[in-house]
Amino acid sequence: MTYVDAVIQGILLGGLYALFACGLSLMFGVMRIINLAHGDLALLGTFMVLLVTEHVGLSPFAALVIVLPGAALAGYALQYLIFNRSLRGGELSPMLATFGLSVVIGNVLLEAFSADTHSLSAGALTTASWRISSQISISALSAVIFAVAVVVLVGLQLMLSYTQLGRQMRATADDPATAELVGINSKRVYGVAAAIALATAALAGTFFGMRSSFDPTLGPSQLIFAFEAVVIGGLGSLWGTLVGGIALGVAQTVGAQAFGASWSIFCGHALFLAVLAFRSQGIFAAREATA
Amino acid sequence: MSAVAAPAEAQPARPKVQRWTRTSLAFAAGMLALVVLLALVPYWFGPNTTEKLTELFVLVILAAMWNVLAGYGGLVSVGQQAFIGIGAYAVIVLTDHGINGYLAVVLAALFCGLVSLPTSLLVFRLRGGQFAIGMWVVAELFRLLVTNDQSIGGGTGRSLDVLNVYAPADRQAYTYWVALGLMAVLLFLGLILLRSRLGSSLQAIRDDERAAESVGVPVAWAKRVVFLLAAVGCGAAGAITIANTLIVTPASIFSVQWSAFMIFMVLVGGLGTFEGPVLGALVLFGIQQEFSNDGSWYLVGLGAVAILVTLILPRGLWGFLVDRFHIRLVPVGYTLRQLLGAQARSDGQ
Repeated sequence: MTYVDAVIQGILLGGLYALFACGLSLMFGVMRIINLAHGDLALLGTFMVLLVTEHVGLSPFAALVIVLPGAALAGYALQYLIFNRSLRGGELSPMLATFGLSVVIGNVLLEAFSADTHSLSAGALTTASWRISSQISISALSAVIFAVAVVVLVGLQLMLSYTQLGRQMRATADDPATAELVGINSKRVYGVAAAIALATAALAGTFFGMRSSFDPTLGPSQLIFAFEAVVIGGLGSLWGTLVGGIALGVAQTVGAQAFGASWSIFCGHALFLAVLAFRSQGIFAAREATA
Repeated sequence: MSAVAAPAEAQPARPKVQRWTRTSLAFAAGMLALVVLLALVPYWFGPNTTEKLTELFVLVILAAMWNVLAGYGGLVSVGQQAFIGIGAYAVIVLTDHGINGYLAVVLAALFCGLVSLPTSLLVFRLRGGQFAIGMWVVAELFRLLVTNDQSIGGGTGRSLDVLNVYAPADRQAYTYWVALGLMAVLLFLGLILLRSRLGSSLQAIRDDERAAESVGVPVAWAKRVVFLLAAVGCGAAGAITIANTLIVTPASIFSVQWSAFMIFMVLVGGLGTFEGPVLGALVLFGIQQEFSNDGSWYLVGLGAVAILVTLILPRGLWGFLVDRFHIRLVPVGYTLRQLLGAQARSDGQ
């Protein structure tokens, strides 16, 4: 029964990983940028929510109303200030620029908030849970996070498939020059994609802060989990990303159950490498070249 | 420019390829002299100087290796700390089995080359930025393996006691010589690699992998050789580091900060030039001596400079100097000297 519980907790955790991953996946899909600062940007969102809750006295959920638009604006600005310029510098530049950004954000957070651990209180949700059997219970917070993650991913996929903006994004992803020819402002499309990516990252970062305590050094590990979810699920499919996040979460919780907590993350990495070795196109191979 | 229009010879003279310029010949001689001079340093200066210089040699090795990887192989990795860490811990394991400490440093570097081969089978399935993070995952994987292994100290790390059989001053000098030797050998290997046929292959791959493959460049083989050399080099850097500091923890030796340093040095010095990363290592070394006590702010500065250089000065300091003054110290390029009859123009390109 404890394994059943581990699987359930893993699925719920996986929703959060998928939420971390969807912004990374979107930016890669549309701009071909692997944003190495994704984890640190997410954590920046967490700390911004922390600031708002501490200084304005709002709950973390209410703080999101302020922080998410801020994150979206920051994404749009970053796209114009750094990412677009780096795209002109060839294939290596975006990686180098975003890695530099990751180092800057991580260390600014470290100076501003010290290495102490912090946490966000989700109020009554933190303690509420549903008991399913004597050994299995589902925390309300985990369930809410999972539900929001699924809604965001489904929403993004529907947006890409059916809206004008989605069509513009897919067209720009395929060929920005040709997209320009038919009247798409590819820079604006890139900006919007980055804005969405950063907003989802900040949302994921905030949920992460509600689930567990955090400190400024955790950005890179969130990037790695998000990336693993994307690769396990298969590049180019948000459904795949959701499945990949869940697979990663289950590998970590079941691994912890089987070998002890210190092997939890190792098992996630091992799953990632196994997928690379045996099914490098991911569990869900992309059927269409969209984000 | 009108020299080509000269109607005279029916048989156009074959352009002569020149690889060594007078500057680069002088430079090569200068390098040899420098290595000899550096080898004498322990006789003139104390252990403090040699310890610092050993740190510098480690930085030079790391910068050169990362440059070979990214600047020539097009493989941007943010996980080379995997091999730095394995190199350091291999020294611990080897000396635990009774092998001499300095022999262990060399063997540890070679062992990293061995580890890199199966690793490359997995991570080479990823491209571009995905490869970068894939390597990071590999580094994390090894860090967790070491952290969970109590026999080599687990998360708290280990100290390297076997080198204490030497008197401290002797030990520092030996470590210094080993570091100097490894640096010289690795830089020389890098140079040989880039001057060889493989070097041209690599530059073609870096510029356009698909195009290179289509004209018959052995892409997979060339990348694997570069990856192997970089792994050996980073392993050597890790092994030297533990011989120099005598203590290691998984958190520090597998830290992604190493990648930040490597990227900073190579970007600032000049990606894809041979001289640039050495210059970048000197710059970083200087910055570390000045600012490393200022906590994280100096890392913020390093990151910011890396972004700015990427966007504004993509060829780095050395690239800037080359463009400005047309100097080339290390002969890895080709210069065409066209011999057109009597008009022998020597308009190098």
